[in-house]
Amino acid sequence: MDYSTLRNLADSWGLLYLFLVFVGVVLFTFRPGSRKQAEKNANIPLKEDKQDVR
Amino acid sequence: MKNGFEAAIVGIAAFIALMGAAFSRDALFQAHAWVLFFVLVVSTILLVRRVKFVSDGDSATDDTSGYMDGVVRYGVIATIFWGLAGFLVGVLIASQMAWPVLNIEPWFNFGRLRPLHTSAVIFAFGGNALIATSFYVVQRTSSARLFGGNLAWFVFWGYQLFIVMAATGYLLGITQSKEYAEPEWYVDIWLTIVWVAYLVVFAGTLVKRKEPHIYVANWFYLSFIITVAMLHLVNNAAIPVSFLGVKSYSLFSGVQDALTQWWYGHNAVGFFLTAGFLGMMYYFVPKQVNRPVYSYRLSIVHFWGLIFLYIWAGPHHLHYTALPDWAQTLGMVFSIMLWMPSWGGMINGLMTLSGAWDKLRTDPIVRMMVISIAFYGMSTFEGPVMSIKSVNALSHYTDWTIGHVHSGALGWNGMVSFAAIYYLVPKLWNRERLYSLRLVNWHVWLATLGIVVYASVMWVAGITQGLMWREYDDQGFLVNSFVETVSAIHILYVMRTFGGLLYLSGALLMAYNVYRTIRGDIRKEAPMGAPAALSPAE
Repeated sequence: MDYSTLRNLADSWGLLYLFLVFVGVVLFTFRPGSRKQAEKNANIPLKEDKQDVR
Repeated sequence: MKNGFEAAIVGIAAFIALMGAAFSRDALFQAHAWVLFFVLVVSTILLVRRVKFVSDGDSATDDTSGYMDGVVRYGVIATIFWGLAGFLVGVLIASQMAWPVLNIEPWFNFGRLRPLHTSAVIFAFGGNALIATSFYVVQRTSSARLFGGNLAWFVFWGYQLFIVMAATGYLLGITQSKEYAEPEWYVDIWLTIVWVAYLVVFAGTLVKRKEPHIYVANWFYLSFIITVAMLHLVNNAAIPVSFLGVKSYSLFSGVQDALTQWWYGHNAVGFFLTAGFLGMMYYFVPKQVNRPVYSYRLSIVHFWGLIFLYIWAGPHHLHYTALPDWAQTLGMVFSIMLWMPSWGGMINGLMTLSGAWDKLRTDPIVRMMVISIAFYGMSTFEGPVMSIKSVNALSHYTDWTIGHVHSGALGWNGMVSFAAIYYLVPKLWNRERLYSLRLVNWHVWLATLGIVVYASVMWVAGITQGLMWREYDDQGFLVNSFVETVSAIHILYVMRTFGGLLYLSGALLMAYNVYRTIRGDIRKEAPMGAPAALSPAE
C-alpha cells in the first residue's frame, strides 16, 4: 500500500462510497412520513425542563 | 469523607511534578514543572480544606436526583473569566502591533503573547463555553443526569489545568510551532486524557437518555468532541527527545507536516468553532424565542453537509506552496461547496425567528443571537471567497485573514456564547431574570461596533498590504519594501486596537451583569422596546 494505491482508492471507490452515503442520508432525511417525526423532534428542547431524572 | 480521595491523587501528582522539576533535562521543562507543582499544591490545599469528614446530610450537595448543574455553573464563570483574559491579551497584542515599545522581552513580546491570545479565546473561552453548554444541553434534551458522576468535574478542572499549562508554556517560550496546536507533547497527552473523559461523560449521557431521539444539537456537540479528538491525536503525533524535556519532533516532515497541520487547523475552525457552536445555536435560539427550529430536516442536512465537506477544506491554507496543485484545488473546491451547508444552517437559524421577529425589539438576547448568526453567514461567505486561488493570491499572509477570523470569532462564536451565558445565568442560579437587560443591550452594540471597526479596518489594511507587496515597476523590481507596507497601515492598527477595546468593554459589562444577577439583584429599569416615559405598565 503505497501513496499511489491509496490516492487511486481515494479518488475512485472512496469518493463514490462517501458520495453515495451522503445522498443516502439526504434521501433518508426527506423520506415520506419524516415530516411528522421531524416536527416532534424539533420540539424536544421546548418541553418543560424536568428536574427529577432518576 | 468527601474529596479525600481526590486530594490524595492531586497531592501525589504534585509530588510527581516536583520530581519532574528535580530531574528535568532542560531549564524550560524545570520551570514548567515548577508551575505545575505550584498549581497542584494549591489545588491539594483547596481540596483538603473542603474535605467533609462526616456527611452532614446536606441534600443540596449530595443530591444526585436532578440535573448536574454545579459543573455548568463553574463552566459559565470560567468562560467569562477566560473570555476577559483572552480579550484583554488581544487588546494588548493589538497595541503591540501599533506601538512596538510595548513588547516586553522575553515573556511578554508579541511572539509569545499571540498564541496566548489565540488559545485563550479559542480553547479557554470557547472551549469552556462548549463544555458548559454541552453539559447543560445534553442533560435537558436527553432527560438524563450527566453520566459518570464526578467525571464531569474531572473534565472541568482537567481542562483548566490544560489551559494553565498551555498558557504558562507559551510565556516561557515552550512551543512546537504549530498554529493553534502550540503546546508540547506532555501537555498534549494531558489534554488527550481530559478529552477522552469528556467523550465518556457526553456519550454516556446520550446512552442513558430517556428521550427516544437524540436532538440535533447533540449531534453537533458529539461530532465536535470526536473530530477534535481525531485532529488532536494525528496533528500532535510526535516523538519527545527526552522523557523530562520539552522538545519533541513531529512524525511528519516538510509538506506532509504542513498539510497535516492545516488539515488540523481548518477543522479546528470547522468542528471546534463551527460544529460545536452550532450545537449552541440549535438549542439556545429555539429556547430564547420559544419556537422550534425552522426546519428540523434542514438541520440534519446541514449537519451531514458540514461533516462531509469541512474535512477536505484545509489545503486552502497552503495555496501557492510546495503542496501539489491538485490538493490546493481540492481544498478550494470543497471550501466553495461549504457555502451550501453554511448558508442552509444560517437560514435555518434566522428563520427560527419567523413569526417572532418582534422579539428583536424587546429582547436584546435575541438581538445578540441574530447578530451572531448573521456573522456566521458573513464569515462563511467570506471564507470560501478567500479560498479561491486568485483571491488568495491577494489576501494570503495579509491582515485580511486576521479580519476574516475575527468577524467569525468575535461575531459568530463570541456573540452566540454571550447569548448562551445570558440565557443560562438566571436559569442556573434560579433568578427571576437578569440584573439588567439594558446592560445586555449596551453589550450588544459595543460588541457589534467593535467587530465592525475591527473587520473593516483589517480589510483595508489587508488589501493595502496585498496590493503593495505585489506591485512591480517596469523593470520587474518590487516597488515597496516591507517596512513601507507597515507604515502605510499603522493608523489602521491603532483603529483595530480601538475596535478590540470596544469589544472588551462589552464583555466587562457582561461580567458585571452576571455578577449582579448571581447576587440576586434586579435593576429597576424601563422595559426594552417601550418608550421609557410613556408606558408605565405593559
